[in-house]
Amino acid sequence: MLIAVGSLALMGLALGAVLGTAARYLAVAENPVESQLKEMLPGSQCGQCGFVGCAQAAAALAAGTAPVTLCPPGGRALAAALAAKLGIKVDLSAVSDAGPQVAEVAEEICIGCCRCIKACPTDAVVGAAKQIHNVIREACTGCGACIDRCPTEAMTLAPIPVSLQHWVWPKPVLAPVGAALREA
Amino acid sequence: MGFLDRIFREPRWGVHPDDHKRPAADAPLRILPPPARLYLPLHQHVGGAARPVVLVGQKVLKGELLAAAQGNISAPIHAPVSGVVSAIGEVTAPHASGLSFAAITVESDFEGRWIDTDPVADPFALAPEEIARRTALAGVVGLGGATFPAAVKFALGKRLAVSTLIVNGGECEPYLSSDDRIMRDSADQVVDGARIVMHAIGAREALVGIEDNKPEAIAAMRIAAAAYPEVKICPVPARYPMGSDKQLIQTLTGKEVPADARAAEVGVLVHNVSTCAAVHKAIRLGQPLVERIVTINGGAVAHPGNIFAPLGTLVDELLAFTGLLAPPARLILGGPMMGTPLLHGKVPLVKGASGILAFSAQEAVIPEAGPCIRCGNCTRACPMGLLPLEMAARIRVGELDGAVDFMLSDCISCGCCAYVCPSHIPLVQYFSHAKGELAGRERAKLRSDAAKRLIDARVVRLEREAREKSAAAARRKAERAAAKAKAEAEAVNATAATTTAEGEPA
Ligand code: SF4
Ligand code: SF4
Repeated sequence: MLIAVGSLALMGLALGAVLGTAARYLAVAENPVESQLKEMLPGSQCGQCGFVGCAQAAAALAAGTAPVTLCPPGGRALAAALAAKLGIKVDLSAVSDAGPQVAEVAEEICIGCCRCIKACPTDAVVGAAKQIHNVIREACTGCGACIDRCPTEAMTLAPIPVSLQHWVWPKPVLAPVGAALREA
Repeated sequence: MGFLDRIFREPRWGVHPDDHKRPAADAPLRILPPPARLYLPLHQHVGGAARPVVLVGQKVLKGELLAAAQGNISAPIHAPVSGVVSAIGEVTAPHASGLSFAAITVESDFEGRWIDTDPVADPFALAPEEIARRTALAGVVGLGGATFPAAVKFALGKRLAVSTLIVNGGECEPYLSSDDRIMRDSADQVVDGARIVMHAIGAREALVGIEDNKPEAIAAMRIAAAAYPEVKICPVPARYPMGSDKQLIQTLTGKEVPADARAAEVGVLVHNVSTCAAVHKAIRLGQPLVERIVTINGGAVAHPGNIFAPLGTLVDELLAFTGLLAPPARLILGGPMMGTPLLHGKVPLVKGASGILAFSAQEAVIPEAGPCIRCGNCTRACPMGLLPLEMAARIRVGELDGAVDFMLSDCISCGCCAYVCPSHIPLVQYFSHAKGELAGRERAKLRSDAAKRLIDARVVRLEREAREKSAAAARRKAERAAAKAKAEAEAVNATAATTTAEGEPA
């Protein structure tokens, strides 16, 4: 018993000392939170948050000058993850989540000008000069960078249709607690 | 002693709902005359959807391959009747959402001609791998409702050197009796199938767990297994959810499957009795899985009982066969505790459908939910030892991670908690909602990781293009300079030549 207590206490002291020294000598100067936040953002530099790119948005998030709900393509899931990382509470039910969206080409009005291809950050658009373009759904992040580039308005964002695999049971709606109590 | 036995044998988890199994379980099995048109979904199992290998207009025989397995975890689909493929399109899925999915429609010619089957007289002479291969080709999946491809499980059992096969004849869900019926009517097939599965996975013994509310099934199985000492019939107390893998394993072997581990890791593998019978048919008769027994029960059904029906039959046709007393107020695929509510009866019978319940208005009442009074009933009932009230409270305010911390991932959606809740809180719906949301989050993360890889690849590509462009420009410049220098040099030469030429006559 005494041996166990003593040896554990000794180990604790020794490891504490090691950690203490390590913290002094190996301290990281820059803000690690910022780079972690940048990792979490989509990285498509679409600018929908109002910042030039994801790195700037991450900096603002780390500084606390931007809300965690800033990224439309990230939706509610990203907002929740950011809030958890920053250790803050947000009411996510208020975050409008249009759900995941992807770009679509209206084939009958695409003139094959190739402008959208150059705008897409993930190379999700395929096509060639004077050929009808198309979007690879799996690669499109729905950032909308291509929409404004299209001279004929052939590019639109559309929600990904709900499939059987992606359907989620709705959350039960409860009568407000007060109402139930009054009735009883 | 008997009293003490009872205390120790009676599990401390679960609930004991009225089982409503009789009279449907006692009615003799009826055979449905094959309907004119059958709808065979490509996705009737866990894993990847099958890939169609037939064309519209093609003639098919009963048992012919319609769609082949696709990917490591998948199962093929076969024609349940002989006839013509009349369409490959979408049908409403037997799913709570009412969304549609891909299916092949077969128009029956009412001749019921089978393909040439390849029966095996002595399966025990075959290599275990061959049994697994034949089972996979026959499209056998877990028929208790889990619909996991049976052959994939065989391979897993073989790899992890499983010693015990547990044959699940629990059938703890109220109202259902399809497993009961198969054990009463075809006990020989079940026992033979279980022995083939044992051979396929290299197990030394098989424990058949049957709830003690099915004495006829226990008696029939005892007779069928009398000649095989390695197959032991073990009556277990009737208690919901005894038919759940983890609970049955614990009751029969005393082993507890750890969280996020598979049953095979504690040395056992579970297969349902109906699955064993399907393995028997696949190996001994060479017949793919194209028909199953389904219980039709509930207050709205005129003649409840078990029906042997081809897969792909519409639920409405099954209900018309048994007759209805009144239009059903609620339709459920599966049992009342864990089943899937159906929006209408125009959905096909799938491999995992053990029952269809048509409830009368009286049975279908869903009481109004009230606030949680923290009575703790749900905690006592939960077979997984969870705290349903804590999880639901967190999910209600959108704190999914909080629910995960309370081990939401261990919840088997058995419904015990919601069943005992005096406030009628739809606890399981909260958990299903949260599990769906969390899965969606996981998918979104995978998607964004993939997008990041694409973005990086694009940056690399743009840089390379810029580099190549400038290299090409530099090369052209150098070429131009070289050409110019050459031209100049030639010009100089030419001048020199002219000078010499001019000077020559001098
Ligand atoms: S059974 Fe219902 S009321 Fe009781 S603690 Fe659980 S959730 Fe609350
Ligand atoms: S929490 Fe999940 S596992 Fe526990 S009783 Fe409720 S549904 Fe069953």
